[in-house]
Amino acid sequence: MKTINFMGPRKIWFGISLALLAVGLIFLIINGGLNLGMDFVGGSSIHATIGKTFEVSEIREIMDKYDPEATITHAGQNKDQVIVRTKISFDNEKRAEIIKAFSDKYSIESKNISFETIGPTVGKELAMQSLIAVLLAFAGIMIYISVRFEWRFGLAALSALFHDTAMMVAAYAVFQIPVNGTFIAALLTIIGYSINDTIVIFDKIRENLKIEHSKKIDYDNLVNVSVTQTLARSINTSLTTLITIFALYFLGVPAIRDFAFPMIIGVVSGCYSTIFIASPLWVVLRKRFKVS
Amino acid sequence: MKSKSLILFLAIVLIISFFAYIAFFGLNIGKYEIVPAKDLIKLGLDLRGGVTVLLEAKDKPDDPINDEKMARAVATIRERIDTLGVTEPIITKVGADRIEVQLPEIQDPQRALDLIGQTAQLEFIEEETGKVILTGNDVKKAQAEFAPSKDGLGQAPVVAFELSPEGAKKFKEATERNINKIIGIYLDKNPISLPKVESVIPDGKGIITGSATMEEAGDLATLIRAGALPVPMETLSVTAVGPQLGANSFEQSVSAGQIGILLVFIFMIFYYRIPGLVADITLVLYLTLTLFALAAMKATLTLPGIAGLVLSVGMAVDANVVIYERIKDELHLGKTLRAAIESGFRRAFLTIFDSNLTTIIACVILFYFGSGPIRGFAVTLIVGVIISMFTAITITKIMLKLLTQGGILKSMRYFGERGVK
Repeated sequence: MKTINFMGPRKIWFGISLALLAVGLIFLIINGGLNLGMDFVGGSSIHATIGKTFEVSEIREIMDKYDPEATITHAGQNKDQVIVRTKISFDNEKRAEIIKAFSDKYSIESKNISFETIGPTVGKELAMQSLIAVLLAFAGIMIYISVRFEWRFGLAALSALFHDTAMMVAAYAVFQIPVNGTFIAALLTIIGYSINDTIVIFDKIRENLKIEHSKKIDYDNLVNVSVTQTLARSINTSLTTLITIFALYFLGVPAIRDFAFPMIIGVVSGCYSTIFIASPLWVVLRKRFKVS
Repeated sequence: MKSKSLILFLAIVLIISFFAYIAFFGLNIGKYEIVPAKDLIKLGLDLRGGVTVLLEAKDKPDDPINDEKMARAVATIRERIDTLGVTEPIITKVGADRIEVQLPEIQDPQRALDLIGQTAQLEFIEEETGKVILTGNDVKKAQAEFAPSKDGLGQAPVVAFELSPEGAKKFKEATERNINKIIGIYLDKNPISLPKVESVIPDGKGIITGSATMEEAGDLATLIRAGALPVPMETLSVTAVGPQLGANSFEQSVSAGQIGILLVFIFMIFYYRIPGLVADITLVLYLTLTLFALAAMKATLTLPGIAGLVLSVGMAVDANVVIYERIKDELHLGKTLRAAIESGFRRAFLTIFDSNLTTIIACVILFYFGSGPIRGFAVTLIVGVIISMFTAITITKIMLKLLTQGGILKSMRYFGERGVK
């Protein structure tokens, strides 16, 4: 197979990533941060199967009394379900009133109604705890790779992980998708996936490095050869993973879609960062900090 | 040699199919019955319906929260819930000052919430002076019953109560003082009944009117009987999933997952041909073993859990892909198929080992420092990674070798490689 020159235009690859992240950052600033969902800022949601088609305005009429700014969306394959979300944490009585108004209007049984109310403190704790766990996991990965490979590989892999995490946050900033607990779960999955992806290529580089005997190693070429050799694997693994996520995204329920969307971003970013960020970065580090 | 290898191969396929069948459908031979492993895995409340409530005790500087009070609060809530007739309620203390209540498959979540959250401090208050005469602690018994209604025409639901001897004494004195005056009955400072004292009550027995239905009277009696919570509790979050909605999510997610997995199977056969089929067979084994492992660990399957499981198939394929690409590399170097399989596996092992161990390390750290959902997620992923390493490395190798010996796999063309002999 012809060796593809991945390392040559590395400034372009870094540029693409930086540009995308800059776009995310701009949106983040314009919008004044991420659109934090009810898991983090508190709020309520009601999900009901109405059993027939309905107009959003009918629901709006009921909700106006409680929160005129509630978002009302259709759900379900037949568009016969409604999901109402608000940033107000309704108390027991208010929620009971709203649900009664719903079931009176459409005669819905209680087995077809779900609701959720979350106070703001719980989400903040979850976010903080997750952040600490993720940072410690990064540290663990760094140490393991430094022992099994060398620290340059560790730093490059970690940069790719930061890249993927930032990409997912950027996507949420640009599309103003509400950030909920599922986002954290998706983030964790992507960290596990992306590091796996990166190590396979690093393993190839390490192997080719061992059989390289010349005094003056051409690192650019070495990495080009390694990435080319593992390219089929990179593509196939990303494809099979994407197939399953797309199936969940297009055929799954709303709650699973919330999980699938960030995963799609993460898997694409994970595949990109392994080839175009982690590998070139290792070359840069290797040249800058020579092996004594 | 040839036919022996093929028979062995078929035997392995049959054994895997057999276990997969048990995992998904169970077995029923005479009086021996094996429940399908998938039914042994508990479904989370998001899939089977139910209510989850998180309560936090409100600390007061003069009356700090301690373990003993929290334990009493848990006991009180348990007693209240028992009247609802919920199967397997789970009431757990979380951290120092929180209580989580899980009520699976409950039909009327609103009623449960009304029962759980209230402090339910019962007070008898003298209207004239505003003095508290009795509290819930003085009540010995309370139960809902019918009593003749005030107009004398029918029956009305009431709560009949009986006071402790000491309470009865206090009540007797209070009724003596308040003839033709009102002694109000309050629950958490809200008046539930404001009766006028008509005569002295010496025996500590009385009724509380004002309940609209028998169910309401029953719930009030329960609250009085179980007593007040030793500390006021604030509801931090409530999640209620309608059983029908939960079941729908489950079905739809499972079928979405099945289609996703099926597409991966087709992709593997399309790209890797016969070895691709072998990979698919090991994936079936992977799924089966994962189901058994989750059942053995008494894991609870939630909606994100299903997504994780489906996704793990996409990732489990990775081990097979790494191995097959390695074997192709070896074949390109001019090795025989048998030698290529041997060295391909040896080399791929190191790659898979390092990449998966890194993932496991990350998960172990997440497990130790994370909480609830994060821990569950970490465990699922660790189990998945370990099982996929086993199935991809050992089972794939055995099956590929048998196929080679059996003369089915002859050259690299069988790995989907075109243009090479």
